[in-house]
Amino acid sequence: MTAPAPLAITHLTVAYGDKTVLWDITWQATPGLTAIVGPNGAGKSTLLRAALGLIPSIAGDARFFGRKLEEVRNRVGYLPQRASVDWDFPASALDVVCMSRYPRMRWWGRVPKAERDAALGALEQVGLADLADRQIGRLSGGQQQRVFLARALAQDADLYLMDEPFAAVDAATEQAIIAVLRRVVAAGRSVIAVHHDLATVPAYFDHVLLLNGRAVAAGHVKAAFTPDAIARAYGGRLNVLEQAVAEGGLR
Amino acid sequence: MSLGYNTLVVLLGCALLGLACGTVGAFALLRGRALMADAVGHAALPGVVLAAMIVATLGGNPRALPPLLAGALVAGVLGVLAVQALTRGRRIREDAAIAIVLSSFYALGVALLSYVQTMPQAAQAGLGKFILGQAAAMRAEDALWAGGIAAFSVLICLVLFQRLRAACFDPDYARVMGLSVARTDLMLLALIVIVAVAGLQAVGLVLVVALLILPAATARLLTHRLPVLLLVSAFLGALAGALGAAASAFEPEWPTGAAVVLAGAIFFTLALLLAPERGVLPEAWRRTRRRIAATESHFLRAAWEAQEAAGAGPGTAGDRWTPIAALAAARGWSEGHASRLALWLGLRGLLARADGEIHLTPRGAAAARRAVRAHRAVELHLLGLGATDIAGADRLADLVEHGLPAEMATRLLAEPSSLPASPHALGPRS
Repeated sequence: MTAPAPLAITHLTVAYGDKTVLWDITWQATPGLTAIVGPNGAGKSTLLRAALGLIPSIAGDARFFGRKLEEVRNRVGYLPQRASVDWDFPASALDVVCMSRYPRMRWWGRVPKAERDAALGALEQVGLADLADRQIGRLSGGQQQRVFLARALAQDADLYLMDEPFAAVDAATEQAIIAVLRRVVAAGRSVIAVHHDLATVPAYFDHVLLLNGRAVAAGHVKAAFTPDAIARAYGGRLNVLEQAVAEGGLR
Repeated sequence: MSLGYNTLVVLLGCALLGLACGTVGAFALLRGRALMADAVGHAALPGVVLAAMIVATLGGNPRALPPLLAGALVAGVLGVLAVQALTRGRRIREDAAIAIVLSSFYALGVALLSYVQTMPQAAQAGLGKFILGQAAAMRAEDALWAGGIAAFSVLICLVLFQRLRAACFDPDYARVMGLSVARTDLMLLALIVIVAVAGLQAVGLVLVVALLILPAATARLLTHRLPVLLLVSAFLGALAGALGAAASAFEPEWPTGAAVVLAGAIFFTLALLLAPERGVLPEAWRRTRRRIAATESHFLRAAWEAQEAAGAGPGTAGDRWTPIAALAAARGWSEGHASRLALWLGLRGLLARADGEIHLTPRGAAAARRAVRAHRAVELHLLGLGATDIAGADRLADLVEHGLPAEMATRLLAEPSSLPASPHALGPRS
C-alpha cells in the first residue's frame, strides 16, 4: 500500500458571508514541491487556511498524511503571509523562530537551550544567524520573510504549507528561499506554496494546482500547467505578461 | 499629615494594583484589547449599584466592599460577553460593539444610581467613589485584597508568558501549532476583568482603562524587548498607582483616579518626547543633524569646486578667497542662505570669512576633500559603468556622500587629486 498523500482535500467548500470562495475542491497533493496558482481572489490562501482549520468551512474535509490535523500537528508546518502580523512587535528574530518550538516545551519557564539551538539552526539555514538578536521591525522585508521561513523550518515538519513565501522579496532572496525549499524537498519532505509568478512555476515547482474558486487543473507541471489550463484558471483576467507566459507555454 | 499605618498600606496596595495593571495591560495592548478594559470598567457600574441595592434591601452594610466588587465582576463579565455576542455575526465591528456596550451599561448604572438615591436606607452612600476613585476611602484590608489580586495576576502573566506572546504576535500560527489561542485569550480577558475590577475603588471605573494602557504604551516607546517591556510597564504602573494614592492621602477629596492617570500621562508624554530611539525630539534632532551635515558638505564641496574652477587644478586647494555669492549661484541657494551657512561653518572653524568672501581653513579643506572624494568617486564610477546620466549619478553620489562614514570614505575612495574633474558643470541643479 502506498503512503497516504501529505494533504488530501475532499469536497471543500468555503464561504465568507454570502460569498462562496471555494467550491467543492477535491485535490490530493503529491509529495514534493507544489505550487498553488490562480488569479487574485481565487481562494489560494483560503484553501490553506481552511485546510488548517483557521477559517470554518461549509463542507468538506482536509486530511494530512491520512489523518486529522489534530493527530499530526507536529508534522505540519505553516508560513503565513508576511503582512498578517505586526512587525513592530517587541521581539527579536530568534524570539519569533523560538515560537515554533513552544509545543515541545513546558509552557512555563524560559526557552530551554536545546530549543534555542534548534531555532538558531533554522536561522542559520536561511542565512540570518547574524541577525538573531535584531528586533524584527528593523529587518528588511526579505529578511522578515526569511524569519518566517526559519520559523516554519524550525517546526521540523514533514509538510509545509506556505502562503506566498516569495511575496515582495528581491531576486536574490527569492533564489535563497527556493534553494532552501529544494533542500527541504530533497530531505523527503513536502512543500505546498501559494505562488504568484506564473513565469517561474515550471522552474521552481514539480507539481501545480491551478485554482479559480474551483480546482481547474492539478498534477505535474508538465502535464497540468498548460496554456489552456492557465487560460481557464485566469479567464479573461490574464494580463499581458501572463498572457505571453501562457502562450509561450513551457520553455 | 504623617504617614500612618493605614496610609502606608493603601499606598502599597495602590502600587501593587498599578503593577498588576501595568503587567496585564502590556499584553492587553499587544493583543489589541485596550478598549476592552474600558468596556469592563464602565460596564461594572450597574453591577456595583445593583449589589449595593440588594445588600441594603437585605439589611446589610451597603459600604462593605466584597459584595460591591462581586457585583462589578458579574457586570464586567456580562459586558465582555455582550461585546463578544455583538461581534460574533460580523454584523458590528468590535470598536463599535465596545462603544455600544460601554455606553449602554454605564447609562444603566447612572439611571440606577439616581434611583438608589431615592431609597431610604442610604444605599448610595459612597458609591460615587467608584466612578472617579478615592484611594483615601480604602481600608487596610481593602488594600490587602488589592495586593493579593495583583500578585495573582502577575503570577499568571509570568506562567503564561510564552503562550501570551505567541497569541499576541501571530494567533493564526499559534493555532496551527495546536496552542489554544481561544483559551489564552479567555485567560487574558479574565485578567483584564480582574485587575480592572480590583482597581475600581482606587482609580474609579471611568479611568481604570488608563492604568492598564498608559504604562504599557509608555514602555513600548522605550524598549523592543518584551521582558523588559513588561518590567518597565509594571514599574511605571506601580509608580503611577503610588503617586495617585499619595496625592489622595494628602488631599482626601481629590479623585485618586485623576491623579493616577495624570501621573501615567506625564510619564507617557515624557517618553513620547524623549525616548532615545522612538521619541519625537531625538528623532527630530537626528533628522536635523543629518540635514545640517548634508548642507554643510554641499557648501564645502561647492567651495572646493570653486577653487578648481578658478584654476587651482582639480584636487588641490588653491589659496584663494571665494565670493559667497558665487557659491550661492553654483548651488542655486539664495545669497542670504549661503551667508548664514558660511557664518555657521565659520563658527565651527571650517572656514574664514571676510568681506563676503570665504576661505577654507585646514580643517575645512580636509572636510571638503572628504566630501568631494566620496561624491566624485561614486559619480565617476556610475558614469563609467554607463549606469545612469550625469544628473542621476549626481543624485546617487549624494546618497553615498552623506551615508558613508568619514573613515570608510578615506579607506575606500581615491584622493580627489587622482580623479578627473567633476563631470557636471557647477550650477543650479535641475
